[in-house]
Amino acid sequence: MNPARLRKLKEWLIERAILLSGVFSVVFVVLIFLFLLREGLSLFRGESVLDFLFGKSWYPISEPPRFGILPLILGSLLVTLGAAAISVPIGLAAALFIAEIAPGRLKEGLKAGIELLAAIPSVVIGFIGMITLGPFIKKLFAVPTGLTALTGSVTLAFMAMPTIVSIAEDAITAVPRQYREAAIAMGATKWQTTWRIVARAARPGMVAAVMLGIGRVIGETMAVMMVTGNAAVIPSGMLQPVRTLTATIAAEMGESVQGGSHYAALFAIGIVLFVITFLINGVADLYLHRSRK
Amino acid sequence: MSPRLSQKIAFALLFLATLLVVLPVAVILFIIVAKGASALSWDFLLTMPRDGMTAGGILPAILGTLYLVLGAVLFAVPLGVAAAVYLVEYSSDNRFSRLVKLAIVNLAGVPSVVYGLFGLGIFVTFFRFGASILSGALTLGIMILPVIITSAREALESVPRHFRTVSLSLGASRWQTVRHAVLPHALPGIMTGMILGLGRAAGETAPILFTVAAFYLPRLPQSLFDQTMALPYHLYVISTQVPGIPENVRYGTGLVLLALVLLLNLAAIVLRARFRRKKKW
Repeated sequence: MNPARLRKLKEWLIERAILLSGVFSVVFVVLIFLFLLREGLSLFRGESVLDFLFGKSWYPISEPPRFGILPLILGSLLVTLGAAAISVPIGLAAALFIAEIAPGRLKEGLKAGIELLAAIPSVVIGFIGMITLGPFIKKLFAVPTGLTALTGSVTLAFMAMPTIVSIAEDAITAVPRQYREAAIAMGATKWQTTWRIVARAARPGMVAAVMLGIGRVIGETMAVMMVTGNAAVIPSGMLQPVRTLTATIAAEMGESVQGGSHYAALFAIGIVLFVITFLINGVADLYLHRSRK
Repeated sequence: MSPRLSQKIAFALLFLATLLVVLPVAVILFIIVAKGASALSWDFLLTMPRDGMTAGGILPAILGTLYLVLGAVLFAVPLGVAAAVYLVEYSSDNRFSRLVKLAIVNLAGVPSVVYGLFGLGIFVTFFRFGASILSGALTLGIMILPVIITSAREALESVPRHFRTVSLSLGASRWQTVRHAVLPHALPGIMTGMILGLGRAAGETAPILFTVAAFYLPRLPQSLFDQTMALPYHLYVISTQVPGIPENVRYGTGLVLLALVLLLNLAAIVLRARFRRKKKW
């Protein structure tokens, strides 16, 4: 074969490989879902989907076992709502400050700081939450244990903030310059411009930021397992130990027997988590595209 | 209230909120360094744990994490960079490329513990790799794929259009253009993504829980099919599962992990800043 044709063949092969790599991301998403189904669906041979989703008791190792994940769903929901209540206002405010107000150097420093916060491993955050926040909450509210839903919410709020801040900040920065100039020209103060014009124009991006932050919170595992006290009962308040969907998988997989119903139930929880985060990310992505237009 | 005054109050509040976001970094660093520094020594870093982890060092956890992270990057970087090249250089904005982008967004959003389940299902069980470095590294590799793809895409997109036009007009083929006129200029950005991926993989616990991590294994792994200890899981174990671990050993382990992850991220931030400043176009 002559060199020119050899080169053509080589390029053809490389380009096929590149195309294939593009396909792989899609393949992985599909594979993740398929393997969760493969291991998890066998649970529903002996258990109805409704009993699984809305059953009030999670007793995976009693005889007969009960696999109702309502307490876990409510646990995740409670911790997530609490974390959102803390992180959304603070995160959006910080995004406005960094994007609109902070001068050059401070802005770079703050952005680096937020990136570092995002980088801290969740097990380290859980460890710190367990030894500082836990005892603090125990003392403050005089409760028997400091490992509660509230502790989880506060800890997770800090883990959601980097996501919320950085995505909201991008959306705010992307607001066209003319909007600001027009407002200032009409005599608005910087704050009036920021609050009434810029923040409003960036709203779709801010919604996306909040949703992605919440997605991160729902999926967070290690920190939440270390600080929420792990009681798989239907929660009745923020100051009680709870157990989330993620923590249940992480804590119990080691004890379950491969191929058994407990094992399948944990994978079924994985399916629930996958579907929830898939929906959240899909909708957030729609909002992000809207904000770019 | 005058507009000036309300502006002052509003800015002060926003500044406070920003402080609240950044402050935990300082607090966490301070606590871990203050209490963990006393545990650090060559012995701690370079010897095996002894007496049920209450004494000795954390060498197997450090090495285990290094192996896992290197394995993950070896898997994810070629695949991720090629996927980015496909998206930026080859695909037009059609349905398929939008599907790929949506898949990447979703990969980034899958909870880490679900990656753990996936790794258990596919690598440990289906491919029969067992709980092993290979299974763990592949699981982590798929998890960091979105990080790698996203930074590589940004890097490729920042290379000006006319670099490609000029190369193509000189008679270079599409691949030659990508290889010689685009990729070299995107390299620092790709490196940044790789370092971020390293940091992310080093800190994750949930994906390795069921795929590789050993509770207590005071020897070094001999092959890809061995289990190994790893830093983040080790910190979890000694802070929640085993009573009676001396406080400074816990903090010391946290410090090593935190230092590893933060240094990697700091390196990525510096590299990116330099790259942006040095751009010649």
